[in-house]
Amino acid sequence: MGNKSETQMNQSRRIVCYVVLVLVSIMCLFWFYLLFINATRSNSELSRGFTPFFSTHGLENWNNLVHGTLPILNGLWNSFFIAITTSVLTVYFSTMTAYAIHAYDFVGKKTIFAFILGVMMIPTQVTVLGFLQLIGKMGLDDSFIPLIIPGIAAPIVFFYMKQYMESTLSMSLIEAARIDGAGEFFIFNSIVFPLMKPAIAVQAIFSFVTSWNNYFTPSLVLHTDTKKTLPILIAQLRAADWLKFDMGQVYMMIAFSIAPVIVVYLFMSRNIVGGVSLGGVKE
Amino acid sequence: MGKSKNNKVVSYNKWGYIFLLPFLITYTIFQLIPLFTTIYNSFFENYRVGLMQVGPNFIGLQNYVELFSTPDIWQYLANTMIMWAMGFVPQILLSLLLGAWFTSPSLRLKGQQFFKTVIYLPNLIMASAFSMLFFTLFANEGPINSMLVGAGILSTNYNFLFHTFSARALVGFMNFLMWFGNTTILLMSGMLGIDPSIYEAAEIDGASSNQIFFRITLPLLKPILVYVMVTSLIGGLQMFDVPQILTSGTGDPSRTTMTLIMYLNKHLYSKNFGMGGALSVFLFVVTAILSVIVFKFVNSKEVK
Repeated sequence: MGNKSETQMNQSRRIVCYVVLVLVSIMCLFWFYLLFINATRSNSELSRGFTPFFSTHGLENWNNLVHGTLPILNGLWNSFFIAITTSVLTVYFSTMTAYAIHAYDFVGKKTIFAFILGVMMIPTQVTVLGFLQLIGKMGLDDSFIPLIIPGIAAPIVFFYMKQYMESTLSMSLIEAARIDGAGEFFIFNSIVFPLMKPAIAVQAIFSFVTSWNNYFTPSLVLHTDTKKTLPILIAQLRAADWLKFDMGQVYMMIAFSIAPVIVVYLFMSRNIVGGVSLGGVKE
Repeated sequence: MGKSKNNKVVSYNKWGYIFLLPFLITYTIFQLIPLFTTIYNSFFENYRVGLMQVGPNFIGLQNYVELFSTPDIWQYLANTMIMWAMGFVPQILLSLLLGAWFTSPSLRLKGQQFFKTVIYLPNLIMASAFSMLFFTLFANEGPINSMLVGAGILSTNYNFLFHTFSARALVGFMNFLMWFGNTTILLMSGMLGIDPSIYEAAEIDGASSNQIFFRITLPLLKPILVYVMVTSLIGGLQMFDVPQILTSGTGDPSRTTMTLIMYLNKHLYSKNFGMGGALSVFLFVVTAILSVIVFKFVNSKEVK
């Protein structure tokens, strides 16, 4: 009998849990629902107040936005180009750095490892002043290079790769390849790197998203309108006298800035959510 | 023969250096040198008044004296901390609750993957777009006001961005939404790491689920809670995108939502490199102290 009341207790607790979880989920998704609804409504519909249904002006808003004053197709391409290249460099070189620490023994290895862990928490914001002066002197102001190349040195991604390597990469495999006469660079590219695929997929997405969403540094580096990325264009939209704007276009602009990430997330969510608990540290 | 083998090992190990080079070179150029020049800049008077350039002249610690003697930095530090706390307190409470439910063996909740996917989603959304969205949704003529008035909750439109508390609360709420999923997942991995036999023993002794949570889970989670709090605090000090876009960089109403990084951003735009440098060094030192605390806890190896 005690058992029965206990299961009943659990049953009622479970119902409470589900109700709260559904409410929490609504709290997370509600804003995006409003966003996508409003992106399909015309300015006059929007000014008449809120209705919870999709309308038919999505394509019209999109056309107005593309042919408007903001160079958003340029922005889309710039964001995309920077995010892809940064993400490729980040995962490739972070894996390489992790492999150097994992697979070799050399003088100063411990010091370098400790150094990378030590600088992991330094935010880019505190060095950005010197960074801007430096790229000015190098003639790289208003260029994509200072936004892409620093991706090679990503201490947090390195740390994740190092952890993953410790649990999956066996040295005997590398020894065997050496006996077969494979060179070290070849071993890294055609044996180690493919073995790290699950970790690389997760970190590639995180790097892509971080770069795609980045606003602070690009807004200080990029000045030419056609070179700007989407977050900078959103800031410009915000700084403009927004009452003059067609609100349908504003919602469409926000919707299409976040849509790529949502689409990727829908396909990869299992890996991404799993990757968060594995990595522990994420900014 | 032993010697030749040894040589072989040495020749492999030089590849360690080769593979490290890209990282070390890039890090030195784009992070380390800028860090030192930022510190160097903080000792110089170097700014513009209109078209006239003042400096750079060496003035020792004068920038620091000016930085800390004006009330601005303390006001912005307070703003940053208040908005961080407004996001962090609800975040940690909800994450503890959800984490405990997800990991509870007696509840065995279904659809966990779905709920985890949903609550983690806001973390990946572009903060500037999210902030712009909230700006339009919570605008005086926006849909939230239209709904609240329509439902009879408000009699007239409430201008959220004109009042200190509501503007700060919006920033805090957005940070809460963006980070509670991440925190839940981190706390869950901490909770799953607790030896199940402790729970079994407690259940045999007749402990209620509340007692188990407060007497066992919470104390054993303390290291990971400290870790979550300090890393969140480090992130909170860097708060920029959300208040910057929400207020278009003004920190309105009357600079009560202006954060430290927004202040730094202002100095960078006006090319006041002396004061910007001093502010950067201040942020660097605070972050470094907080990082040491994190490492102390990570290395105490209770956290893994």
